[in-house]
Amino acid sequence: MSNEPVLTVEALHASIAGQQVVEDVSFSVPPTGITALLGRNGVGKTSTLRAILGLISRTGAITLAGERIDGMRTHRIVQRGLGYVPEDREVFSKLTVAENLTLAVRQKSPRYELVDSLFPDLVARRSQAAGTLSGGQQQMVSLARALLNDNTILLVDEPTKGLAPKLVADVTVALEEASHLVPILLVEQNLEVVKKLAGGAIVLSGGRVVHTGVATEILADEALTHRLLGVGSATGGAAI
Amino acid sequence: MSTLVLVLITGAGLGALYFLVASGLSLIYGLMHVLNFAHGAFLTLGAFIGWEVARRLDTATWSTFFVSILVGGAVGAAFAALTELALIRPLYERHIEQVLVTVGLAFAAVALYQGIWGSDPIYIDSPPWMLQTTDVLGALVPNTYWVLMLAATALLASLVIFLRFTRYGTIIRAGVENRWMVTALGIDVRRAFTVVFAIGGSAAGVGGVLAGHYTGYVSAYLGSSLLIFAFIITVIGGLGSLTGAAIASVLVAVLQQFANYYLGGTGDIIVVVLLAVVLLARPAGLLGRAS
Ligand SMILES: Nc1ncnc2c1ncn2[C@@H]1O[C@H](COP(=O)(O)OP(=O)(O)O)[C@@H](O)[C@H]1O
Ligand SMILES: [Mg+2]
Repeated sequence: MSNEPVLTVEALHASIAGQQVVEDVSFSVPPTGITALLGRNGVGKTSTLRAILGLISRTGAITLAGERIDGMRTHRIVQRGLGYVPEDREVFSKLTVAENLTLAVRQKSPRYELVDSLFPDLVARRSQAAGTLSGGQQQMVSLARALLNDNTILLVDEPTKGLAPKLVADVTVALEEASHLVPILLVEQNLEVVKKLAGGAIVLSGGRVVHTGVATEILADEALTHRLLGVGSATGGAAI
Repeated sequence: MSTLVLVLITGAGLGALYFLVASGLSLIYGLMHVLNFAHGAFLTLGAFIGWEVARRLDTATWSTFFVSILVGGAVGAAFAALTELALIRPLYERHIEQVLVTVGLAFAAVALYQGIWGSDPIYIDSPPWMLQTTDVLGALVPNTYWVLMLAATALLASLVIFLRFTRYGTIIRAGVENRWMVTALGIDVRRAFTVVFAIGGSAAGVGGVLAGHYTGYVSAYLGSSLLIFAFIITVIGGLGSLTGAAIASVLVAVLQQFANYYLGGTGDIIVVVLLAVVLLARPAGLLGRAS
């Protein structure tokens, strides 16, 4: 089995409305398991993902499974197999659950079985408007949209944000199962979830990569996590 | 009593004509955030070409009428799709420039129409039935109004079906909510832009042919005069809301007819007053989303 990275990012710069939000970010994501992208609020994690997708203007070299994608437009990049689960779910609230899912389908036989087994809650709610779902259910719709297709990699941004502990556990299980099928780059503020799921970790600060390593080792280093993530053992380590 | 009935029915008929123009404006704005000032040009071209075709056929028959409707719709759709591809698309995401280019096109088109067809109104023939009246509770309603209402109802029904049951329809509804998320699902949302322009243009083209039969003539200014009311209607209904546009079309037209009959021809002023009242009470329009 090849150990070539599935995604590499080199010297990525990105700006929003003329303001630099990602400065010279370089990292690579291995072809298996979950890699965490960590950092305090506002360091540019979401912007990094949006820059990879071409949703904000960027420069730098981005390679997906050996192919340069930094000159492509967003829909082409996604068609190349990059699945995106954005921060704040971004379901189409006036569309039904079924419509949200159908819209996301890019292949002949979408993985509805997988999605239904991971998110049984959604099965009976297919014809409900997505905007009337709970936050947790909306997150499931958002994850399901990406999991219906056979992707090369998933970029998942804070999937447990604002969820009750029970739902955090559900989402964690779903991500764990999904990670057996597809590598995931995961932005996550809940460090308990990171400990459970992530192999490698990349830490951003001030729009740059300041640390890369094994997730559990980084999280075990109190001084480091305190300095880079703004948390320590005294605060319980995670924002549950 | 019969005057009241007449005012209501003619108001609804005029509203139907407004809706043929306003529906496209509303769809285009909802998806693309572009106020399309060239919409009147689509309408006028539909009217002229519809008439050009009709006069080469047997002018006053139903079949000629239907052919000219179809031609008007096709011409409007083609002109609108071309406008999107050639002028709007290269200015992707630059909304102010996009609006300016539609303003420029509107002026240029009127000048071109004047050059080809002259500045004077060209009087046209309608099927004889459309020039007759029907007695409704004592009110003699010109039959043109029924045709207008039928056309607008058919348009509304097909738009609703299209938006609800086709893939492009779903893409358009999703895009109205959150356009970048549509692209992040791997969908080229720009194709949907061309589609809404074509749909809006075809409704305007059909509206142009019908407006000709409603006023009894076609002229280079047909579109511009209707466009002003259509804009007011889209704002009152809530920019981007199709249902809002439908309700506002009838509301504006009925009010306009009322004022014209009962308040000494002040219909146009009343419409502007209504616009001001709605904007003060509900800045996003009747069914618009607050943003
Ligand atoms: N739409 C925006 N307009 C202007 N600045 C923004 C916008 N979105 C994010 N930023 C800025 O970009 C920086 C990085 O934000 P973000 O990528 O969302 O960080 P994170 O996801 O790590 O919390 C922050 O300083 C934030 O204020
Ligand atoms: Mg973020």
